[in-house]
Amino acid sequence: MDLSFLKDPDAFFGVSATQQQDASSLVPASLLSMTPAFEVPSGLKAHAFMADAAAELEETKAKEDQAAAKSLSDPRYGPSRYVCPSNPAIRYKHGTTTLGFKFSHGVLLAVDSRASMGSYIGSGTVEKVIRISKYLLGTMAGGAADCSFWERQLAFQCRVHELREGKRISVAAASKLLANNVYQYRGMGLSMGTMVAGWDEVTGPALFYVDDEGTRLRGEMFSAGSGSTYAYGVLDNEYKYEMTVEEAVELGKRAIYHATHRDAYSGGTINVFCITEKGWKQYFRGDMNSLHYGQYAEERAAAEAERANKMQVDE
Amino acid sequence: MSYDRAITVFSPDGHLFQVEYAMEAVKKAGATVGVRGTDCVILGVERKAAAQLQDDRTAKKIARIDDHLTVAFAGFTADARVLIEKARVEAQSYRLSCEDAPSVEYIARFIAKTQQGYTQRGGVRPFGVSSMIAGFTDNGKPQLYLTDPGGTYSAWKACAIGGRNEKAVKEYLEKNWVNTLSEVEAKKLVIKSLLEVVDSGSKHMEIAIIKNNSKLEMMKDDDLQEMINEIEKEQEDARKAKEQAQQAALQLEEAR
Repeated sequence: MDLSFLKDPDAFFGVSATQQQDASSLVPASLLSMTPAFEVPSGLKAHAFMADAAAELEETKAKEDQAAAKSLSDPRYGPSRYVCPSNPAIRYKHGTTTLGFKFSHGVLLAVDSRASMGSYIGSGTVEKVIRISKYLLGTMAGGAADCSFWERQLAFQCRVHELREGKRISVAAASKLLANNVYQYRGMGLSMGTMVAGWDEVTGPALFYVDDEGTRLRGEMFSAGSGSTYAYGVLDNEYKYEMTVEEAVELGKRAIYHATHRDAYSGGTINVFCITEKGWKQYFRGDMNSLHYGQYAEERAAAEAERANKMQVDE
Repeated sequence: MSYDRAITVFSPDGHLFQVEYAMEAVKKAGATVGVRGTDCVILGVERKAAAQLQDDRTAKKIARIDDHLTVAFAGFTADARVLIEKARVEAQSYRLSCEDAPSVEYIARFIAKTQQGYTQRGGVRPFGVSSMIAGFTDNGKPQLYLTDPGGTYSAWKACAIGGRNEKAVKEYLEKNWVNTLSEVEAKKLVIKSLLEVVDSGSKHMEIAIIKNNSKLEMMKDDDLQEMINEIEKEQEDARKAKEQAQQAALQLEEAR
């Protein structure tokens, strides 16, 4: 819609409002018939009104542009809107905490179970560890639909590979299949930060991180989700390669617990899986709150008691 | 009505004539022999007499699909070139997707699948090529696969295609292959079977040695000639010994 007349009222009226009284004498007849002239009541201050309208229009347009800048098309504020306020380059893979690490007896995966939609807790019982096959597991962080769909698709492809080749697919190949699949949808709004873990027949345990941009990294330890920073804190502090399965389970459990305690977008039940030579097995499933008021409360009390003891001895 | 016009048509008695004609074309090509030893695979090909001015080093019947996969083909050289190119690309594609080397069986299956595809499409003819693919499994066992223009593939202990008399070479192999062949014995078996249908001399044959985790090795002309001489001497000695034994037996008969 052409609103340029607001800037030039004379063009619209055909006759200047101030020249109302002598209209017919000033304007030639031919021009009068062409332009839309009408009587403007005196005292309306048409020029001032038009100027105000034009200014308001520009203001609204500026606001709309700003809003558009924060829309989906802006990569900083794209589908994954949970950005770190101080550094927008850090984009959290939505509300979740998942972690995985390799150790002497295999690969451990631990996850929380909260699904959040902004500040609304959609579910507290999401299964964030996806069973791809008897010896392959995947974790979910980001869009629940994207993760579960693509990892189920991966399960299908892995099974076909097994039937065709007569032997199990390697973790490297499985994670490559997933990464190549999502790479084709790059830029179209997928949100997925997942870990693919398993045990290869020849090369042993393997852990890969795959995300919606097509990143695929082999590694010893990963954590994904808004609570990942808390999990890394605990993991980096207490991780060592030589651990029993029980120690590893406890470490994974503790790291997720701390993340769920501090991160608003993580919570619910903690699930811990471990993949060994024989395949995967679930080693722990417990409510985070039960742990907080149970095992870890006892630990805190014991630590407090010890501190009190020490102080007494020092005195 | 002739049923060999379009290959997509079966004949009333269940033949795909174009495929069978392709196999005939392969039979007319130079002889190719493959033998599986205990720790090696030996491929031998007949080198047909080249024109005087042709640089015969450039006409190779043995090619590498990947570092660990070697193929020898019998049939139309041009068709083989196309197939080998497809196999090379597929091997790299497999490495890219699976981060691992393709197995011999996988590549043999791929080549066979490609050849079969050309027997079930309109407007194309089958490849006039049979190929022998050699390599090793993950745990170091030698493997030899054979594909044909129809698209079938199978593993062999020893096989022969093409040449003046394919049947004779196959029979020779059947009589003489054992599963305890060392590298030298396998080489000798390949040369001996080729000598059934090929003129003697190192310039009439080419031998490739495939070993686990090693680069493809072509037998040098001098070594080859030496081995041929050795074989011929052995054969000559054996013949002489047989003659003498026969004579001795005859004399004994006469003496009675």
